Amino acid sequence: MEAAREVLDGASKGNSGILHTGFDAPVGSLEARCVVEGREEYLAIRESLGLPLLRTGALVLAWDDEQAGRLPELLAQAHANGVLDASLLSATDARALEPGLAPGVCGAIRVPGEAVIDPWSAAHAYLLQALLNGASLWREAPLRAAHHQGDGWLLDTGAGPLRARMVVLCAGLHGDTVERMFWPEAGFGIRPRKGQFVVYDAPAARLARHILLPVPTAVTKGIVICRTAWGKLIVGPTAEEQDSRTEAATDPDTLRALMRRGERILPGLAGQRVIASYAGLRPATEHKDYCLRLDAGRGLLSIAGIRSTGLSAALGIARHAARLLGGEATPPATIVTPRMPCLAEDPDAPGEFSRDWVRPGHGGIVCHCEFVTRRELAAAMEGPLAAATLAGLKRRTRVTMGRCQGFNCLAEVAALSAGRLDPPVGSALRHGAAASGHDHG
Amino acid sequence: MIMAESMPFGSEGGMGDCEVAVVGGGPAGLAAATELARQGVDVLLLERNAEAGGIPRHCGHPPFGMREFGRVLRGPEYARRLVARAREAGVRVMTPASAVALLPGGELAVTSDAGAGRLRARAVLLATGVRETTRAGRLIGGTKPAGVMNTGALQGLVYLAGQVPFRRPVILGSELVSYSALLTCRHAGIRPVAMVEPGARPLAWRWSTLLPRVLGIPCHFDTRVEAVVGTNRVEAVVLHRAGRTWHQAADGLVVSGGFTPEASLLESSHLVVDPATGGPVVDAFGRCSDPAYFAAGNLLRPVETAGWSWSEGRAVARAMLQALRGGLPDPAAAIDLLAQGEALRYLMPQRLSPASEAGLQALQLRVRRPVSGTLSLQDAGRVLWQQRLAALPERRIVVPLALLRRAADAGGSSRVLRVCLDEPST
Repeated sequence: MEAAREVLDGASKGNSGILHTGFDAPVGSLEARCVVEGREEYLAIRESLGLPLLRTGALVLAWDDEQAGRLPELLAQAHANGVLDASLLSATDARALEPGLAPGVCGAIRVPGEAVIDPWSAAHAYLLQALLNGASLWREAPLRAAHHQGDGWLLDTGAGPLRARMVVLCAGLHGDTVERMFWPEAGFGIRPRKGQFVVYDAPAARLARHILLPVPTAVTKGIVICRTAWGKLIVGPTAEEQDSRTEAATDPDTLRALMRRGERILPGLAGQRVIASYAGLRPATEHKDYCLRLDAGRGLLSIAGIRSTGLSAALGIARHAARLLGGEATPPATIVTPRMPCLAEDPDAPGEFSRDWVRPGHGGIVCHCEFVTRRELAAAMEGPLAAATLAGLKRRTRVTMGRCQGFNCLAEVAALSAGRLDPPVGSALRHGAAASGHDHG
Repeated sequence: MIMAESMPFGSEGGMGDCEVAVVGGGPAGLAAATELARQGVDVLLLERNAEAGGIPRHCGHPPFGMREFGRVLRGPEYARRLVARAREAGVRVMTPASAVALLPGGELAVTSDAGAGRLRARAVLLATGVRETTRAGRLIGGTKPAGVMNTGALQGLVYLAGQVPFRRPVILGSELVSYSALLTCRHAGIRPVAMVEPGARPLAWRWSTLLPRVLGIPCHFDTRVEAVVGTNRVEAVVLHRAGRTWHQAADGLVVSGGFTPEASLLESSHLVVDPATGGPVVDAFGRCSDPAYFAAGNLLRPVETAGWSWSEGRAVARAMLQALRGGLPDPAAAIDLLAQGEALRYLMPQRLSPASEAGLQALQLRVRRPVSGTLSLQDAGRVLWQQRLAALPERRIVVPLALLRRAADAGGSSRVLRVCLDEPST
């Protein structure tokens, strides 16, 4: 059940796309365990699902003696978390690995296993596989009330009533309000933490191979410079507490500050073209670790407070949840595995990922910045997980997400998606409004 | 999807050949292709959109075509005529077909419905035009509701898709294209609530700036767009002027102008790019750092009119014809021109070639801000030529290359000369 018309419309839409090793997670935490397990499973299944992996590695960079002094402790933490290939680097070695780094690096930790993935194709693949193997998806089904009756639950949703024997809550930014529908009190409170990002165009992605991390503080992992799976470079996120759980606005001064911050780390960023900016909301809570709550008797599990490692940990969390619920369900005799369209680009390995436009019958490129073909757009609007909004189509195909942001192709996207997306692309008519536009009730 | 022409690849999807490949079917590319085909050259034009014609295709208003057809046309009709003329001349127009990489010596990686392949040409003309700076490029903050777009997207939606994306938008910018956006709005029954320009005065010529007054649309100068407000649709635009910030109720935002060459193919290629124009470094023949490649039209510099780009396409086509016949001066004979002075935004061509009737005949310049001073050609501090210059940003400034060439020839044998813009110190 998803409240919105599209999945991934909450915290998941503004992600950094990093597949973490869990090296800096609190030792012994549920988070550390789920990240390690989740990453392992991603690596094991990604090829069969057609999911990308950019083996970038990461460098945790110390810029002064105080930060350098904390590196050994961080390295010990990495080793304690089972990330045994993490190692200390001298400033010279760090600069040899990343010649674009500003002078002033005092030392670093290298974490070879940190990688970059497509945050959306991964989640779409998991859901699509479920749908192809018997699950169903209710969209626009916000939960209004829940009643425990007999041996199960009766859920009152925006899309109608739903009976279930077990319920798993993964309501992200609404985790606490949803939990209160099932328990007298929520075990935590969501404190939305906004993260703003700046996205640089492809030439900037050649400035650094590794994910560049600062030495983390207790509050945040800090500002990261990292490639995206689509061959761009992002700088962010900020960490700003706010009340709104739905609205994530960027502000020009913060974006400018992020750009300056990026240039202090990678001087070559100065003058590089910014093609987008975005803000995501992390469902932070007053607790450091994930907030899991089980009521086995009533068939109820709440999974919440997945602050910033949800993408890496998702599959690990799912395994943990299955164990907690004691589900010994028999898997179907044959499991259908979907194959996701490849959207990834690696500036260091052109040709590593084979995009649709190399194969005949693609109908021509529509989005020229991101090389999105007519065939890819048509496919994304069909099937059990068809895009229902422009944002959903963007996450599935990258259409209009490049340097021109729709200057060239928006009209064609409007024509190709007519009747498929709601609200329609490029129309002032509101969702559900009749063409006459009058509603006198 | 029906292809205008079949792919020129062999049956194994292998290499195709043509004498000249033109990348981009706007006014510059079509003019050049027509000119070359009329001289008997085998020309293949790749247009990445489903139809050739370029930006005029979605500028549903006049004036286009005076110098090309001797009459005033609307953009779509002008584009249709340019395409028809190219086909009549024998140009093979392929749509939709995209060049995806430029390889040394005139080899292109291309893709079309037939899949990816290679295309080899004796000479390639790059005429990929320009795009507008986006909301993100201008660092406009706020949320991301529907209804924020460039003029290009607005015109595509209105003229090509028959859509009305908003009813009461704010238009950001005061370039010629900003007034074009205003005409597009008027055509679609959209009533802009304000025009906003960060600078102190309009960037376009005066006659166009009368338009909002006639239409009763308020214009705010020295005003920035800070942010967009709205969840699903734009609800307001946050404006800032001289320390004051206010919400302007609106249901859309047109981010107009701030053109930049559509040069991503160049940026991932071996060709030398001029950071000042954002286009390729060219000599007076429109020839790039790899002599198999030429460029014309707005890819060379932001931004000129369709008619100007069309003339430029023809001029560079004549130079390409000479190149094919072995008569174009050696690239090494050119002198590098370097811009000096912070007010000088760019110059083009960046290399001064020996005299020829083919190719570009004028040095094109733009300034960053209103200036009044002296423009000169200098050799290590020695002034070879100079003239007074009073100019505004986004306005065309041209100096005949013949003047500079004469001064350079008289001045000696330097391979690098500076074009300087000096303002009297106050």
